[in-house]
Amino acid sequence: MVDRKKRKTIRDRGKRLEREQLKPRLSRTPERLRRFSTVSDEEISSLYTPADLEGIDFLKETGFPGEYPYTRGVQASMYRGRLWTMRQFSGFGSAEDTNARYHYLLSQGQTGLSVAFHFPTLMGYDSDHARARGEVGMCGVAVDSLRDMEILFHGIPLDKITTSMTTNAPAAILLAMYIAVAEQQGVSPGKIGGTIQNDILKEYIAQHSWIFPPDPSMRIITDILAFCSDHVPKWNTISISGYHIREAGSTAVQELAFTIADGIAYVQAGIDAGIPVDKFAPRLSYFFNAHMDFFEEIAKYRAARRMWARIMRERFQAKDEDSWKLRFHTQTAGVTLTAQQPVNNVVRVALQGLMAVLGGTQSLHTNSMDETLSLPTEQAVTIALRTQQILAEETGVANSIDPLGGSFLLEKLTDEMEKKAMHYIRKIDEMGGMVEAIKHGYPQREIIDASYHYQRLLEKGEKKIVGVNCYRSDEELPIPILTIDKEVERNQVARTREVRRKRNAKRVASRIDALKDASLSRTNLMPVILEAVKEYVTLGEICDAFRETMGTYTDPAMY
Amino acid sequence: MKSVPAKKISRSRTTKGKRKVRVLVGKPGLDGHDRGAKIIARALRDAGKEVIYTGLHQTPEMIVNAAEQEDVDAIGLSILSGAHNYLFPKVVELLRKKKMGKVVVFGGGIIPDTDIPGLRKKGVDRIFTPGATLSEIVEYVNKRVRPRA
Repeated sequence: MVDRKKRKTIRDRGKRLEREQLKPRLSRTPERLRRFSTVSDEEISSLYTPADLEGIDFLKETGFPGEYPYTRGVQASMYRGRLWTMRQFSGFGSAEDTNARYHYLLSQGQTGLSVAFHFPTLMGYDSDHARARGEVGMCGVAVDSLRDMEILFHGIPLDKITTSMTTNAPAAILLAMYIAVAEQQGVSPGKIGGTIQNDILKEYIAQHSWIFPPDPSMRIITDILAFCSDHVPKWNTISISGYHIREAGSTAVQELAFTIADGIAYVQAGIDAGIPVDKFAPRLSYFFNAHMDFFEEIAKYRAARRMWARIMRERFQAKDEDSWKLRFHTQTAGVTLTAQQPVNNVVRVALQGLMAVLGGTQSLHTNSMDETLSLPTEQAVTIALRTQQILAEETGVANSIDPLGGSFLLEKLTDEMEKKAMHYIRKIDEMGGMVEAIKHGYPQREIIDASYHYQRLLEKGEKKIVGVNCYRSDEELPIPILTIDKEVERNQVARTREVRRKRNAKRVASRIDALKDASLSRTNLMPVILEAVKEYVTLGEICDAFRETMGTYTDPAMY
Repeated sequence: MKSVPAKKISRSRTTKGKRKVRVLVGKPGLDGHDRGAKIIARALRDAGKEVIYTGLHQTPEMIVNAAEQEDVDAIGLSILSGAHNYLFPKVVELLRKKKMGKVVVFGGGIIPDTDIPGLRKKGVDRIFTPGATLSEIVEYVNKRVRPRA
């Protein structure tokens, strides 16, 4: 950002000051650590100056918000025009329990909904399946059939509220149920807005809630891309996620690289399925983690926007500007929360929320302080929501766009992260793309290695966690935690069996046949799934039909 | 859902001719969070144990069958989904049915302190909660788990 002569002057001055001031200072008071690094173990210098920004042209690399390559933000007005959506991920027990929590959160100022389903739903089992024993309602809401979905959204106007649903392998089914509930409310698919996570590649890599193998799973996704681009145009079809990759133990650069590599795989798959890129790319969205290292995270978001814009315009030749814009949701890092002194987590989450806002996120979930112990209590989730509201209303950080842009450290870090991430992406390209890389275990192995490396640093004391390996308390004050009633499982099993009893058995059987036939042909699955859910074919039944025709995926059990 | 058949690992001995301790690390239930289980599997392996890692989505039956097949001395279970109160005791129950009650069962994950006494009563020997270190866990296995002759 300054010319070569100026850079040399700055460097020379820096070297002189190092000799004359820094060295004597350090000989009296040495640096606190042998090495200063981010939580991802990337080394950070003690000082950055304009001389570090050689090769970073302001107009080309940084530019303006709303203008390619969007380093500073995807919209021209950002939070001046509209704040990020406050969207707390939420779900537990029965659909009634969760519906009540949704009404509560909306009354407290939340601006969008986000559904957490329990494990049986995530893995394609109904609540009365043998595999669901002990799991019903425990870490999300139980949804087995359209009946549960109707209760879940009771009293919530789907033409006025957008909803994100964290579901991957069975995402098509939950989307179909949501469309059906909206239609019951008189709201057409063309009017509903929201997101399904629907990012199966990161399931194999990190979150591990898969059902079917990679190839048929990609087919389901391209069916969703095609269907939504024609019929549900305001819907974000994928939330291409780095959050889970990071939670599983990757570094920040790996989170960035593997997520974008997943995005590349989806765009390629859509194109290969015959959908013009500009028809579906504008509705792809992203989802990143907000971890503990302040500047690394903000640099990561900015690098992500710049990388995606370049990839979409140059690699995929997308012509629509909306195809170039990386819009993302952020969740504060669950893995950084501690069971020890849990009230400290409020502080962590506030700082992480701040990073996401300074990084220009479109929507944000802030964790509750008790989430290392259980699902959030009403009190804890209220504090989490207030955290966002305080950021928005009291701190002034939303007054100006990309306010840290121009920081020598931040611009240098943004540039470095982009370069390092692109190195990983080229490697994955050489392997034949992300699907192939996954089949070879590449990202999975990188993550295990990174997580083991970090754990070693932690146990050596080179990385610190307050309350865990430093500043421990002998006495822990207990905080209230949420417990799920045993009745939930009993009631849910009874309800689903009742739903099955009351259905038209003949029509159900014919819908299940139609699902199998469609999955073995090139028919788009979405309309067939939609017809099935409307007959109250259950999620487990639909998944069983697909298990038969598509097969199942088994954990390679690497460690 | 098919399970990965547990790999048959040869019963290697240490240089002193003593049989190595064999630990099965298992992920029961539908929970997919395996960062902790994998790190523990590695740490135990680095500490000289024979480790069998089952991978995800194991039923209690699958875990106990693998434990029998592999003739293990201990089982470490990891759950973060809240289903521990059903799944951990179920594993212990099935072990006892197979007359494998001497196999030490320990575990960890997201387990409220208030649930621990109940699990211990049902035969889970030790629970490690968030913040436990690898050295603590390895030390526990060293002290508590003896290889059968």
